[in-house]
Amino acid sequence: MKNTEIPAIDTDILVIGGGTAGPLAAITAKEQHPELRVLLLEKANVKRSGAISMGMDGLNNAVIPGHATPEDYVREITLANDGVVDQSGVLAYAERSFELIEQLDSWGVHFQKTETGQYDVKKVHHLGTYVLPMPNGHNVKKILYRRLRRHRVNIENRFQATRLLLDKQGRASGCVALNTRTAEVIIIRAKAVVLCTGAAGRIGLPASGYLYGTYENPTNNGDGHAMAFHAGAELSNLECFQINPLLKDYNGPACAYVTGPLGGYTTNAEGDRFIECDYWSGQMMLEFFRELEGGTGPVFLKLDHLAEETISEIETILHTNERPSRGRFHAGRGNNYRNQLIEMHISEVGFCSGHSASGVYINERGETTVPGLFAAGDMASVPHNYMLGAFVYGKICGEQAAKFALARELPELDWDFIEAEKQRVLAPLRNRDGIPPNQMEYKIRRLVNDYLQPPKTTKKMEIGLQRLRQIRTELPELFARDPHELLRANEVHNILDCAEMAAVASLYRTESRWGLYHYRVDFPERDDEDWRCHVQLSKAVDGSMQCHKRPLQPYLIQWQDGDENAYQNLRIVEPDCQVVR
Amino acid sequence: MPIAQHATLIPVVVDDDKCIADKGCTTCIDVCPLDVLRIHPETGKAHMQYDECWYCMPCETDCPTGAVTVNIPYLLR
Repeated sequence: MKNTEIPAIDTDILVIGGGTAGPLAAITAKEQHPELRVLLLEKANVKRSGAISMGMDGLNNAVIPGHATPEDYVREITLANDGVVDQSGVLAYAERSFELIEQLDSWGVHFQKTETGQYDVKKVHHLGTYVLPMPNGHNVKKILYRRLRRHRVNIENRFQATRLLLDKQGRASGCVALNTRTAEVIIIRAKAVVLCTGAAGRIGLPASGYLYGTYENPTNNGDGHAMAFHAGAELSNLECFQINPLLKDYNGPACAYVTGPLGGYTTNAEGDRFIECDYWSGQMMLEFFRELEGGTGPVFLKLDHLAEETISEIETILHTNERPSRGRFHAGRGNNYRNQLIEMHISEVGFCSGHSASGVYINERGETTVPGLFAAGDMASVPHNYMLGAFVYGKICGEQAAKFALARELPELDWDFIEAEKQRVLAPLRNRDGIPPNQMEYKIRRLVNDYLQPPKTTKKMEIGLQRLRQIRTELPELFARDPHELLRANEVHNILDCAEMAAVASLYRTESRWGLYHYRVDFPERDDEDWRCHVQLSKAVDGSMQCHKRPLQPYLIQWQDGDENAYQNLRIVEPDCQVVR
Repeated sequence: MPIAQHATLIPVVVDDDKCIADKGCTTCIDVCPLDVLRIHPETGKAHMQYDECWYCMPCETDCPTGAVTVNIPYLLR
């Protein structure tokens, strides 16, 4: 039965999330098929949304001819992920990385070039050369926005998608969405859906205790992970948490990829280097964690040995791009790169394939396990994808979603499901008192820190899971006084789903892998015989969370002899002591 | 159960003399990713209504009159 009280929008392709991958998906679909209707749905405003709201200071994984080959890159990312990688997905990225750089360059995104006009690529990774600075990268979002307008992509800002719609055959058919300013519930009917909702960055609590002092843009709270789960999609390797080395308290990147090529590095309290390579990997984070907790901790960013002009250059880049309030933070503390080491710490945990390997499972065509549902960017499972990987997979998903949409009629909708979802989404507004969303969120995230944050212990994780499930019974008590609080209440549902998924996946993998990301104290060894595989999490028939092992694809590219332990030996070996007589 | 109101020092400060929200400008409110800014019903000027700031700066950067200042939240200073 059709419910005429819920406004409905029809489109051919629905893209959910207008940060980094989303705009590329929408632009690509429209560029290749101008006749298709493409709707870009955004929880904030496309002009300034997502991880690159204030731009980005560089490409961390540029595969540029003359500097690296796609095969080199696939080999390095396989090693950095302890072998648990579907190489076809990484290779699909690597093969189109340069095409995307050229496309962005032609759109006016500024990359650093040498005097002869070549891309000025730097070495930060352990083996290869992949970092391309963007000292003027503050305007990326403006450039994307102009392209969206030029191609006449329909944009709806300030809508939170709450659940995906499926047709009788189980194909993705649109979504239910909530207007975050008016609390109006609408539905969007589509022939193909691309999820680009970013990381799940509000699972853990930052050490500062400030709910919104997260590493990730806090709008990226795992809405897409939860929606994909409820639609029956599989999620991969969620136990491979994101944990990053950051400026303490400020909780933004320090940032090794900017300062490293200019001579900066990470030290311990004695001013000594303790890791050979500042490229973010689980193994590097484990050494970082050991140093933080050890007698020579904590850990610092060291720039005070650099020349004045180099430090000025670093300040200009770090204080105008990505997290520009860094300069204000340092000024308030009296920090000065010229004569001080800058204290660092580790971030709260999260899901983010941009830096680690967890997310909604996709293959090399951006397809999830739900037909008609595609995913790209920090929420999709291709590891270490960073900003450029979000652009490449956004483009791939735009192409594939268009193909899917062209072969399909507008679907029939399940109006009973839609009506029930409307009631679920609006329930907190109907409660006259109860648990405020910020308090429930704080408690969930504090439990994640207490029980799920590595080093992981079986008994602690079991207690954590039990406590999280207790909170689930309290969800009907959530209450909201206005549409904004209703948005937060609905985010809390998704944060809780993600926290529970983090616990279930972590308990399932009974080994340690990816350095600190999945360091289990009671299973301290890597067990390649049983666990050199993916862990897939999905929704069981009874609604609970179930896991199964998925074998690795056969490797397309083997590593060279001697390289296989490259990421296992990141700690700098102490030089032999001189015996003084 | 009763609900308490408690005071919080908020990081985004708007200079009412420079703010032109009362003339129809909504730039800072539009661009804030966390959607924490609103127009104050009494002054007609923009202000930070919800204590959920990521100190990310679009409101300050995009303000046409330079009325907005983003401070680092007290807990992080």
